[in-house]
Amino acid sequence: MIGVLASAHVVAQVPIEKFLNALGSGIALGAIYALLALGFVIIFKATQVVNFAHGAIAALGAYLVAYFATTANIPGRWFGDIPQTLSWTLSVLLAVVLTAFIGIVIERITIRPMIGEPLFAVAMITLGLDLIIRTITNDLLDNTTKGLGDPWGIKVVEIGFFRIGQTQIVTVVVLIFVGLALAWFFKTRTGIAVRATAFDQEAALAQGISVGRVFAIAWAIGAGLAALGGIFASVPPRGAAGVGPFTAFFAFRAFPAVIIGGLDSVKGAVFGGLLVGVAEVMAGTYLGGVSWLGTGFAGIVPWLLMMAVLVVRPYGLFGTEEIRRV
Amino acid sequence: MRGRPNLYTEYKSEMGLFPTTSKKVSIALLGVVAILVPLNAMPLMGFLGDAGWMVLVNKALIYAIAALGLNLLVGVAGQVSLGHSFFMAVGAYTAVVLGGEAGKTVWGLGLPMWVWLPAAGLAAALVGILVAPTAVRVRGLYLAFVTLGLVFIGQYLWRNLGSVAGGPTTGRPWPKLEFALWRNMDPIISFTSDGPLWWWLTPVNWLPWVHIEEMSGEAKTYFFVLATVVIFGLLAKNLMRTRIGRSWAAIRDRDIAAEVMGVAEAKGKTQAFAISSFYAGVGGAILASVIGRIIPETWDLFLSIEFVAIVLIGGAGTIAGVYLGTFFLIFTPRIVEEVTGWLAAQVADAGPFAWLGNLFIRTGPDDWIGIVSLDAYGPGLSIFQFNIVLFGVLIIVFLIVEPLGLFGIWIKVKNYWKGWPFSY
Repeated sequence: MIGVLASAHVVAQVPIEKFLNALGSGIALGAIYALLALGFVIIFKATQVVNFAHGAIAALGAYLVAYFATTANIPGRWFGDIPQTLSWTLSVLLAVVLTAFIGIVIERITIRPMIGEPLFAVAMITLGLDLIIRTITNDLLDNTTKGLGDPWGIKVVEIGFFRIGQTQIVTVVVLIFVGLALAWFFKTRTGIAVRATAFDQEAALAQGISVGRVFAIAWAIGAGLAALGGIFASVPPRGAAGVGPFTAFFAFRAFPAVIIGGLDSVKGAVFGGLLVGVAEVMAGTYLGGVSWLGTGFAGIVPWLLMMAVLVVRPYGLFGTEEIRRV
Repeated sequence: MRGRPNLYTEYKSEMGLFPTTSKKVSIALLGVVAILVPLNAMPLMGFLGDAGWMVLVNKALIYAIAALGLNLLVGVAGQVSLGHSFFMAVGAYTAVVLGGEAGKTVWGLGLPMWVWLPAAGLAAALVGILVAPTAVRVRGLYLAFVTLGLVFIGQYLWRNLGSVAGGPTTGRPWPKLEFALWRNMDPIISFTSDGPLWWWLTPVNWLPWVHIEEMSGEAKTYFFVLATVVIFGLLAKNLMRTRIGRSWAAIRDRDIAAEVMGVAEAKGKTQAFAISSFYAGVGGAILASVIGRIIPETWDLFLSIEFVAIVLIGGAGTIAGVYLGTFFLIFTPRIVEEVTGWLAAQVADAGPFAWLGNLFIRTGPDDWIGIVSLDAYGPGLSIFQFNIVLFGVLIIVFLIVEPLGLFGIWIKVKNYWKGWPFSY
């Protein structure tokens, strides 16, 4: 019996290798989507704003890393000989903090005056922001692609037949870390204020919570996470050559992840991100050779998946159903 | 009692197309201007009849056709849609398959315009009906994402359906706006080539300062598109003020309440999607035909955003707002270009406004002040990029400062003068 199983295993090994490798890189891609989706959901949950500029902010964050780490060598230039990993991490932190600050500025200037307006009008504002930020980022990039100077490059880890890029491991680790940090954050005093605001803005205001501050915090976290997602979308293997004009559009594919999970569900964002990532890589692996599907089919798998989910569950898998009154 | 604004003695007159005398007069004046402009016969505005500006006017009118449809969907029925460019693409590709010439790699039936133009609208409407069940089930912002997904799925389709869309980087030629009876027959009326003045326009020559024998192809295209816009505008207006449109408005304002009162929600949403897509299909087909050759990348999210911006900047739910919005949006980039060119000339000639140009334009790598760089000098937006940024800024400013759009500004101005000098 064992022998039969073993021989079956040997025969089936190649498909399983293929499957596991695809699963690994699918989860890594899903982690990028999940990072982007998390930031998006936190902004939506706290402020009821659908941030279409998320992709553009992600690309801006990635550009800032490219600038800090390769062009300007900040902050590496002030600490002579620290390891490259550490100096790159510092650049990333700096870029994330700066992007978070940009998020606060965006919220204060363009979103705050729109409180109480229809949700679609606010969504349209973020579409305008998307155009502005994306164009300026592309101009800063000179419409070319810029490497991020990450210390891992295309190096891979091999465990038997299982191959996975070092950056992919880092992405998953960062996602786990972010998830834990957010879980902790929502238990702190500020985090509870964010949750209260998400539940009912006026009631939160009546309890002495500064809703304006909560908005700023949500946008800071959201923009920071967008930057993180954009950064990992711009290092190999996903963004082989770095950050470019396409990065913002890549980040657009995190939207299906958000919708599949449910617009206002944090755990849904992580789940949706991983699901979309795995589905996309699986489609690329198994359907890539199907000629009648043409090129780029993997790219629309997230959208098709989203539509299928929405037809079955109109508020996503974990989203709160809207209570409708006459 | 006569002549008092806002005084309607019966419901019928309030719902009328042109309820007041001043509205009738201004529409008639607008009609005269609309006929004179393309013939270079309008005093002061004659330059608009030049080919360069005419192309722009035509583009605005074509955009207006599609925008009227989106206005019905977003402004009247309250259904958020970012997928308008997808429906336009469906119309355009239907047109090219039915009306285009067959090639080695592309399909084409070579049918005349009276087949492919209505078919473009109908095909788009059919796709709209197919999409509608999802729209009925999914509400609000979720719907925005479904329609956003349509744009990306559509782009994938157009890139891969080479026999319909032509090559991904080359596209394929579209059929011209020509009226022929059947395939391979000589066109009876061509709306694209220069030719003698149409007979029904000859009264223009009675004006003392006008003497016209020839009219340009652009002017002919203009008259064709103008007629389409007027017909579609009247159709939209009539839809809005009759049963269908009012059921849409009820769904927009409170869908569940509308349902309780007996308005069929699913039916209304399906109608809205179908009719809006019909407009988009016709608009897309004419747009592609006038441009002549279009690559699949044209039907992207930016085009959709442009249409939503037209509706919102113009004033959602109003026909006049759509026209204001389209002309504003199409002409702003051109005006920015003209102004920038003029400022650059001022800088070059050290004219009285050179300081303004110096602030606005980066002239070289050492000039660190300025937003726009006319040549590639590192940071500094190109005029094209500057227009996109300006577009984004305009969307934001309008939504924050004037949510009712240009139409709202017009209402404010009107109300100010209505009560003048007792303005408050």
